[in-house]
Parts: sequence; structure tokens; C-alpha cells
Amino acid sequence: MTQTKPSQITVAGSVENTHANNGHSHPEKWEWYHYFWYNTDHKVIGIQYIVTAFMFYLIGGLMAMAIRIELFTPDVDFLSPEVYNAFMTNHGTIMIFYWIVPSAIGGFGNFLVPLMVGAKDMAYPNLNAIAFWLNPLAGAFLIGSFFFGGSQTGWTAYPPLSIITANTAQSLWILSIVCVGTSSILGSLNFVITTWKLKVPTMKWTQLPLFCWAILATSLLALVSTPVLAAGLILLLFDINFGTGFFRPEMGGDVVVYQHLFWFYSHPAVYLMILPIFGIMSEVVPVHSRKPIFGYMAIVYSSMAICAVGLIVWVHHMFTSGTPGWMRMFFTITTLLVAVPTGVKIFSWVGTMWGGKIRYTCAMLFAVGLLLMFVVGGIGGVTLGNAPFDLHVHDSYYVVGHFHYVLFGGSVFGIYAGIYHWFPKMTGKMLDERLGRAHFLLTFIGTNLTFFPMHILGLQGMPRRVALYDPQFAELNQLVTYGSMILGLSLFPFLVNVIWSWVAGEDAPDNPWEALTLEWQTTSPPAIENFDEDPIVTHGPYDYGIVKLNRTPAEVSE
Amino acid sequence: MQSQPIDSTDRVVHHASEVTHEQHHSEHPDYRVLGLLTFLVSESLMFGGLFAAYLLYRGGAAQWPPEGTEVELLLPTINTIILVSSSFVIHLGDAAVKKNDINKLRLWYAVTALMGIVFLGGQVYEYMSLGYGLTENIFANCFYVMTGFHGLHVTIGVCLILGVIWRSRRQGHYSNTKHTGVEMAEIYWHFVDIIWIILFALIYILTQF
Repeated sequence: MTQTKPSQITVAGSVENTHANNGHSHPEKWEWYHYFWYNTDHKVIGIQYIVTAFMFYLIGGLMAMAIRIELFTPDVDFLSPEVYNAFMTNHGTIMIFYWIVPSAIGGFGNFLVPLMVGAKDMAYPNLNAIAFWLNPLAGAFLIGSFFFGGSQTGWTAYPPLSIITANTAQSLWILSIVCVGTSSILGSLNFVITTWKLKVPTMKWTQLPLFCWAILATSLLALVSTPVLAAGLILLLFDINFGTGFFRPEMGGDVVVYQHLFWFYSHPAVYLMILPIFGIMSEVVPVHSRKPIFGYMAIVYSSMAICAVGLIVWVHHMFTSGTPGWMRMFFTITTLLVAVPTGVKIFSWVGTMWGGKIRYTCAMLFAVGLLLMFVVGGIGGVTLGNAPFDLHVHDSYYVVGHFHYVLFGGSVFGIYAGIYHWFPKMTGKMLDERLGRAHFLLTFIGTNLTFFPMHILGLQGMPRRVALYDPQFAELNQLVTYGSMILGLSLFPFLVNVIWSWVAGEDAPDNPWEALTLEWQTTSPPAIENFDEDPIVTHGPYDYGIVKLNRTPAEVSE
Repeated sequence: MQSQPIDSTDRVVHHASEVTHEQHHSEHPDYRVLGLLTFLVSESLMFGGLFAAYLLYRGGAAQWPPEGTEVELLLPTINTIILVSSSFVIHLGDAAVKKNDINKLRLWYAVTALMGIVFLGGQVYEYMSLGYGLTENIFANCFYVMTGFHGLHVTIGVCLILGVIWRSRRQGHYSNTKHTGVEMAEIYWHFVDIIWIILFALIYILTQF
């Protein structure tokens, strides 16, 4: 249990005074009902994003459980094939577009970026709110698609399958993705301008917290790649509904064109889901290791390198689509190149922890868990990036195992780390560390039990996206299903913890982790316009051990 | 990155002063133009995706455009001249507002909107006189979707311009120091124009060879 004395930082005392007699119409603090309506405060929007995304996470998680129950036996006995396909498609869609992207970028990005750069809000608060409210609309489209049978194609929506199955559901699916895509573009341009223009003048670019660098890189990537997906999906929509033949070979169209348009976005989407998480890691690791980050500039450059190289690797998803040899060679090389900046980051975090006074808070536990599992996922990624190997395991469970290691072991662990780290700032309440540790333990065991055997299944030849499989795979599949049940179970301590702490938890001090970034220098939760006057930055964000904190030392009892 | 004012107690007293109140609510400069430019970079990549797909289809086809779906050249050329010159006309409006001449602004923006509407009319006339529809073949698919999608953007641009004219009816809504909306409509119109030039080259000129 980490406890600190109430810190001496007393920006809070002035908040009431400041808001007492000015002409602005907002109340002194947000009440619970403000979170359920249109609101332009970036902190409200951030929490709206995270909570909405978490609801979708639960829905997508239930779909995953149903899929795993179906796969417990080799026969089709729990779900009908159409429902199975709809669950499989929408599990992927929801987890990517409705959980990880909105919570990591929209949620943490919105809450933290203005605070971290010392701004009062985002550059365009109204646009920000509109971007958020596109998400529930998109979710309505997606849920609506279930009334028409649900999309059957997997989250990639490859034609010809997407043209010949469940047309109405597929069209609604497309509309919903276009909505979240628009939301993502609007959010991204907001982040770019906010970081670029609203950073307090006293903060040098080399003092910008790494989370902001990560969100900047993510936003640039989203701005460049998302519209291309929209183009592909619009063409698909025309093929389904208006009789065109862009992706119908019999009419002179070409399905591979869709794959190019799709993966030009959807491979960078992988980085949209992991770059903000890398940003969270770069914040959590130094704070809880009590050491300056190892290689600040290396991490900044590696984010930008991932952003740039990430745009020219997409064909590695298409090695089996009749891709010519030179293309396989080129995209194998670029794909392996991405591993370099990623490795730089991994070593930077390890270097940060090395010799640090590590505090095993829940945030840190999830960060270390992420580090371990992302390495496994990353190595799997390097193997898959090699065209000769990929040809054999393409569309097998090896791929499923790989991307769940990076997306669950990476992104979701990162989001959990972020929640444990910033929950006190967001809500003004501490989370219970014991329940948090139970949550971590269950999640860690569940993740490995669920996703590691998938690699073996894939190497043995089990194809992905099937409800019916060869009985020889039954034993490992049962193990995977048990693992997924543990993952399902792991949510209970988390939910109890969050709800209980939010309602009746112990009040959080302003800076419970003794962090140096700006968001911790205001109240918990921050006042409506964050800072009473522009903060003056006098040192770097990770100068632990270099700068003496001007306060009584905190008591940390483990 | 702790900040000085926050952890020094004497500064806290200072917070309550009137000076700080004004500081507290000082607005940052207007970054809307910058935001629009960023958005248009993104938007142009949507067209980029369509152009790339078009070129891939062209590269894979034996004959482009296929027999029976040729495009005409005279009307689109006139249309192109109208749209490109409208970009100069709208700039006259922008120059006028910077000289505080709101009547000239209204005039030039109205002329631009009219040219845009003529362009759209010409486009519709072309659609009706071509003799083949959207679903004829892959070239017709590309032709109608790309020009139609561009036409949608022209329509949005005309709406923006009409919006500027509508708002300018109020005295003092736009002036030489306050004309961000005017500028944004102009930028969007230039964007639509540039996209058309690329589209014209791809669809009308490259098909002649």
C-alpha cells in the first residue's frame, strides 16, 4: 500500500477564489451528471472515452468468452456458425476500434496531454467533444448490425466475402468504422496543434513528457493513414450496395486493391494501439523506479522512426496474396527494421529500471508484465515479418497468439498500468493495491495461459477463424479456454476496486507517486481549467534524483 | 517538472489577485486555420487512396478506358477553366475583407459560389449525356465515384461560401482584423480546386493516350 502524507503543494486553496467571480459559465467542479452529456473539458472527455471504451471492452470480452466456450470442443455445439462469425468479427472490431484506440489515444491522450504541457484545455475543445460523441454513434451502428445478422468477415472485411455475406450488417459495420475513423482524425489534429502550440513557453521540446511525444507520433500516423482506410471502405460500400465492381474480379475489379487500401491504414493502426502505450510506459517506469528515463532522446526518435517506417510495412499482411518476390523482400526488410526502434524503447525501460529504487505498485507491476510479454509478442512479430516463415503460418493460430501478446500483453496491460497510475489524478481517490495485485496476478496468468498455447496450435496447423477444428487440437484448446476464463475472472477484482474506490475510496493526495510531470503539480482531480496560471517549468520531466522535491519525504510502505 | 508558483506559498496568495483572473481566462490565439490545414492534409490522403486505386486499375486493364466508355473533353475543360478561375475570384474577396470592404467581399464570394454551382451543373449535365452509368465497367465505377466524391466536396465548399455571405450581413461580423471564417472558406475552396486539377489530369487527360 503506497501512502503519502498530504503534500505541501497547495494550489488547491486558490481554486475557489479564482472561480468565484469571473464571467465564465462553468461550475466550480464537475458533478457526476456532467459526465453523461456534451462537455468540452478535456478531462471530462478523457474520462468519457475511457469509460465508454471500457464498456465496449466488456462486450468484446464476453464475445471472446463465447468464442472460447465454442472452441472448448472440436464440434460446433455452443454457437451457430453465423453467430460465431459475427462474434469473431465484432470481437476484433470492438477491441481494436472501440477499446484500445479510444481508451489509449482518446482517453489518456485527452486527459493527460493538456495537463502535461501546462495548457488549460485542448486547442479545439468543441471539436474534441464532437470527436468523442462520434464514438457512441459508431457503437450504435455496430450494435445495430447485429439485428441484421452481424458482419461475418473478420475485422479485415476482405472482399469477396464481405460483398456476398450479410450485406446490411456489413454496410452498418462500414458506417461505424467510418465514424470512428472520423473521430480519430479530428482527435489527432487536435493533439498535434495542442502539443505544438499550447505547450507552455517555459517548457523546452526536450522537456516534453514522452507520453506527449508518443501521442504526437500517434496522431501524425493517424492523420496520414486513417483517410486511406475510409477510401477503401467507401469503395467497398459502393460494391455492396450500388452495383460497382471495384473488388469484383468478374467486373474487372481486384480484391488485392482492397487489401492494399485496408492495410495501409490497418498496419499503422497497430502502432496507433501501441505508441500511446509506449508513452504510458515511459511515464510509469521512471516514476516508480525513481530514476531519470534512460535515453530520452532515443525514445523520442524511436517513436518518430516507428511512425515513419510503420507507413511502409503494410504488405507483410499480404505475403500470401500473390505478392511478387521483390515486394516480399522489400516489405520483409522494412518490417524487420521496425523492430529496431521498438528494441531501443525496450532497452531504455530496462535501462531505466536498472539500479533504480523500484516500487512495486500495481502500475509498475503491469508495466513490468507488459515488458515481459511485449518481448514475446515482438519476437513472434519478427518471425512473422519474414516472408518465408509467414507463408507457412499465415492465417493460423500462430498469428492469433502473436497479436494477442502485443495487443493484450502490450496494449491492455499498458492501459491497466495507466489506470492504476493516473486513477488518483483522474478521480481524486486511491485504488486499493491488494485488489490491484490480485487483478495483476490473474491477468498475467490468464494471458499466458490463453495466448501462449495458440502459438503451438498455429505451428501444428490449426487455422484461425474457425468454429470447427480437428480433434487433435482439442487438448490445447481446452487449456486456452481455461486461460480465457481466468482472464474473465480477473475483471472482477478490477471492477470492484474501481467502483469501490471511486465511490468510497481513500482521498488521493495531489502527487501520490512523487512524480515530476506537470499533471501531478495541480490538485487531484485537477481544477476545471487545470492551472491557475501558466506553470513555469524549471527542470526535465524525469529528473529524479537530480532535483530535490520541495516537500517532506513521502512515507512509502510496501 | 514542478512549477515555481505551485510550491511556493507566497505565490498562492498572488493567485487571488485580479491580474491573475485576467491571465487565467486569457484565450490562446486562433488556431482554426492551422487546424483546417492539418485536416486537409488528412483529407487529401483520402483522395490519395482513391487515386492510387484508380492507377492500379488502369495499370491492370488491357484498354483504358474500355470500349464504349470514353470521356468527352470539351465540357470538362470549360468546367476546369471555370473552377480554376474561381480560385482567383475568391482570393479577390479575401483581399477585399483585408481592406475592410465587406461589400466587395460579398460580391466576389457570391461570384465564386455561382461559378461553383455552374461547375456542379456542368458535372450533372456531363453525367446525363455520357450514355453510360455507374455500374457499366470498372472505369465507369472509378469515374463516377471519384468525380462524384469531388462534387460532394465542391458542394460543401459552396455551402461554406454561402455561409460566409450569410454571416457577413451583420455589421462588423467580418473586418480586416477578424476574418478567419472568410479565410477558411477560401482555403477549402483552393483545396477543392487542387484536387480537381489532379482528377482532371488522371481521368480526362491520361485517358487520351
